[in-house]
Amino acid sequence: MKIFALLMSILMGSLLIYSTDDMPEWGDPRSPASTHVSPRYIEKTMEETDVPNMVTSVLADYRGYDTLGETSVIFSAGMACILMLRRKRK
Amino acid sequence: MITRYRSVIVATLCRILAPFLQFYALYVIMHGHSSPGGGFQGGVILGASFIMLIIALGTEETRQRMSVKANDLLSSTGVFIYGGIGLACLLLGANYLDYSILPFPGASPVKARYLGMLGIEIGVGISVVAVMLSIFSDLLGSEDPSEEEDDGVHSQQI
Repeated sequence: MKIFALLMSILMGSLLIYSTDDMPEWGDPRSPASTHVSPRYIEKTMEETDVPNMVTSVLADYRGYDTLGETSVIFSAGMACILMLRRKRK
Repeated sequence: MITRYRSVIVATLCRILAPFLQFYALYVIMHGHSSPGGGFQGGVILGASFIMLIIALGTEETRQRMSVKANDLLSSTGVFIYGGIGLACLLLGANYLDYSILPFPGASPVKARYLGMLGIEIGVGISVVAVMLSIFSDLLGSEDPSEEEDDGVHSQQI
């Protein structure tokens, strides 16, 4: 059973490594990520949000849901630490 | 066992440094629009200033500045501000987190998006500060070794 698990993880790992061959080149201007949304953010950020820092406008406005999730993750990490580690004052 | 003693130099230096560190953290949060920074980064700096105070001055003295209750309240307040701004957009008739509808006095929709982003950055910052400080102080446990209670679970001999 252990041998089977090892073989499966080796197979899975080599499949993943093999598939990286099909990924676009790093910084390729014709990759899907660089042809649809990125130019729109770069061109319209100042016009639509008046924020000079593009990172902030993407983080907080265009991808606001994502950042809401990140904040909730941090919040739940804090809550989990309180629940597990905090001792009652006696 | 590391023994703890008070060093006047360290305590004084940290006490002087703390307000500047906290002021810089607020700058990083508020200036995230035009320079690198934002809620997460500024919140971490602000939390680090409190952690520095705990290390240098001890839990008791730091807790006078930020009590446990206030800390717990702040960690949820940050997320509440974020979600609340999103909900306000929804109630005013736009999509969730579409800040352009927010009625800031004398602000165009573009400027409203700018200010809405500032609001959520502040929310993120508050949450990050409180969570960092709360995780640190919970990991710290009790400061005084004699206060550690022998309840048989935590101090089991291995």
